[in-house]
Amino acid sequence: MKKAAYSFPEEVLEHVFSFIVSDKDRSSISLVCKSWYEIERWCRRKVFVGNCYAVSPPILIKRFPELRSVTLKGKPHFADFNLVPEGWGGFACPWIRAMAGAYPWLEEIRLKRMVVSDESLEIIAKSFRNFKVLVLSSCEGFTTEGLAAIAANCRNLRELDLRESEVEDLSGRWLSDFPDSYTSLESLNISCLGNEVNLLALERLVSRCPNLKTLRLNRAVPLDRLPNLLRGAPQLAELGTGAYTSEMRPDVFSNLAEAFAGCKQLKTLSGFWDVLPSYLPAVNPICSQLISLNLSYATVQSPDLIKLVSLCEKLQKLWVLDYIEDDGLEVLAASCKDLRELRVFPSDPFGLEPNVALTEQGLVSVSEGCPKLQSVLYFCRQMSNAALNTIARNRPNLTRFRLCIIEPRSPDYLTLQPLDDGFGAIVEHCKDLRRLSLSGLLTDRVFEYIGTYGKKLEMLSVAFAGDSDLGLHHVLSGCDNLRKLEIRDCPFGDKALLANAAKLETMRSLWMSSCSVSFGACKVLGQKMPRLNVEVMDESGPPDSRPESSPVEKLYVYRTVAGPRLDMPGFVWTMDDDSALRIS
Amino acid sequence: MEKMVFEETELRLGLPGNNKKKNNEKKRGFSETESETESDENNNSDETSNTTVDLLLNLSSPKKEANKNNNNGVVAENHSSPNNNKEKNLLPSDPAKPPAKAQVVGWPPVRSYRKNMFAVQKSSTEESQKNEKNNNNGNGNGSFVKVSMDGAPYLRKVDLKNYNSYPQLSDALGKMFSSFTIGSCESEGMKDFFMNERALMDLLNNSDYVPTYEDKDGDWMLVGDVPWEMFVESCKRLRIMKGKEAIGLAPRAMEKCKNRS
Repeated sequence: MKKAAYSFPEEVLEHVFSFIVSDKDRSSISLVCKSWYEIERWCRRKVFVGNCYAVSPPILIKRFPELRSVTLKGKPHFADFNLVPEGWGGFACPWIRAMAGAYPWLEEIRLKRMVVSDESLEIIAKSFRNFKVLVLSSCEGFTTEGLAAIAANCRNLRELDLRESEVEDLSGRWLSDFPDSYTSLESLNISCLGNEVNLLALERLVSRCPNLKTLRLNRAVPLDRLPNLLRGAPQLAELGTGAYTSEMRPDVFSNLAEAFAGCKQLKTLSGFWDVLPSYLPAVNPICSQLISLNLSYATVQSPDLIKLVSLCEKLQKLWVLDYIEDDGLEVLAASCKDLRELRVFPSDPFGLEPNVALTEQGLVSVSEGCPKLQSVLYFCRQMSNAALNTIARNRPNLTRFRLCIIEPRSPDYLTLQPLDDGFGAIVEHCKDLRRLSLSGLLTDRVFEYIGTYGKKLEMLSVAFAGDSDLGLHHVLSGCDNLRKLEIRDCPFGDKALLANAAKLETMRSLWMSSCSVSFGACKVLGQKMPRLNVEVMDESGPPDSRPESSPVEKLYVYRTVAGPRLDMPGFVWTMDDDSALRIS
Repeated sequence: MEKMVFEETELRLGLPGNNKKKNNEKKRGFSETESETESDENNNSDETSNTTVDLLLNLSSPKKEANKNNNNGVVAENHSSPNNNKEKNLLPSDPAKPPAKAQVVGWPPVRSYRKNMFAVQKSSTEESQKNEKNNNNGNGNGSFVKVSMDGAPYLRKVDLKNYNSYPQLSDALGKMFSSFTIGSCESEGMKDFFMNERALMDLLNNSDYVPTYEDKDGDWMLVGDVPWEMFVESCKRLRIMKGKEAIGLAPRAMEKCKNRS
């Protein structure tokens, strides 16, 4: 290998590269020249695969032989809302098998929206001697038996996080499979489990792990066991309670308050199922140190929420139900000047009438009072262009704005006009906006605004909006940094899609369901773009049994270097250039 | 005497209707039913779609679809794609708002485990704790059960906590599997509730598909057998089976009812 006079020895380069951590930068380094590509790939330790079908295990392993940490994401985001049928894909097994053979020193596996089997968990447990971190986010397909294998075998495990996964909870015994000699636990999140875990085993585990910083319990852990757990882990920084209710006994409250007061490092709270309002004040001793509070399961009324929130002057992140109401949000705006993220979830999403006094005004108050607010997720039942305009002007530093007006196609409630201008103001003023979710009555004009101003936009979610293909065209042609686009129930069709086919190769993925894209267009797209997988989902039968012009039920297009996938269920078809239609 | 006792747990195939208008929603004897048929129809005029049989997986009645698209006061036209052909059976929209709105799949975009916050608050704390303890279907905040249909190639999954009543569940199942319905699903409709074993047999013989479920004891029961809350707690798995095959369940179901009473 020729070395230019100014080049460094490999070891030096490697050392320099070790300071470069971001994936994007690493990718840039690898493009400088062949030797840098080689050095970089040998010293890469961490990889993030945003779409597990964009690449294959052999390709990954061939390029990066020395990984210690792998993150994989499977199903499209809309799977969270039941739009992706069972069996679609996202199977972790082939990845785990391959990695078991290739990376004996693998330390971290993080999976999101993937199907993980007990067998996979057993392979993990037995294959990686230095295994430290397992995060299964919104995954499914495994049982507590798989967890038992992890507990029993992973001597160096630091983190076990099952956030929002669907686990078949056969028994709480698995927790006892952590051997008595095991003391390295730093983070445990079992909040999604349905059954009781063995509480004694839990208490013993917690008290023998001195580095335990994060403990998120499940609903089945009764409140009266919490003080003991806290006393066993006074160094805790993040706690998720179990059910926050108990018989009313004076000692339960005082015990709890005392235990909380003893946790001087506690900064994050969550859990709070079944809250008995009179027990909420037990957390008061630590409110002033809290930076993150998740009350999204706490079905208590505004006054109780206000009492709590007004004490949390350092709060940066609040997740709460709409029980907080406009009044509560006003108090939040006045008390929590450091707030960065607010999520307000609907307590009664399917109710026809509003059940709480939460309107657009609450969000406006917070946008006025909280100068650092960057990230918003807000469910409400009415919105106006004026409010959106105000919010946009107040908070040009917004980076994530997800608004869900519960009734599809709701207009500005004051003027009965579409909300185009309001969202237009958001994209125009919030120049660093990376993520946007739209709702309400919207015409093609809002997409024109988005295409014009949304230059930093990376993810856009659209539902029940737009008039014509022009809307889709604006977005695909205007949003330079778009990575993920998900659309449902919009009149977008073939023209915009085919005209912007090349754009799709610059994005991670496109989802379109209940739109007007024809089967014929999907075929054309698949044939023209070999580096895209164009997958058509249709549960009513093979699309070629219908005319080419009939719209497909669901379309999922993503770029890939791995070719069409081979694990598709019967209701998914890939449009590719080999055959116009292949049924797997 | 049997009739008196049946009350909550009586066997029926028709899903317990959304009987807000009636005081006595529970079954009466077969003969009583016949004579009440007309008044039933009058009372149920808005709700026929709810009380009858999507159990038999007829495509959802056009009326319900029209209601679904009837956003109150919204000016915009329905822009749903031609794909939604089913939803375009436009009947003149019903001026009266339906009591329970048909849910659009995946909207609002709320994760399943967040869906029942309101319901949880409504029931007493004690009751919800009891429900949680009994729920071992996995995710403590959801109640996912697999649904299979005889002859259909794939399984589906539903979260029973997404629904508050049998008609809602039946509606969802009907939509999920309507594409697989083979042949005609005609039936007399389930406007009447049957208590009588003979009548039950008749009905099963005439139905194409019937939803059944496996309960915690491992027994297969007919859906609609027990009050909704009890069903959610005890249902482990759903199977939509051919009517004729379900006949075998009827005697066992009747037996269980008798045992309970």
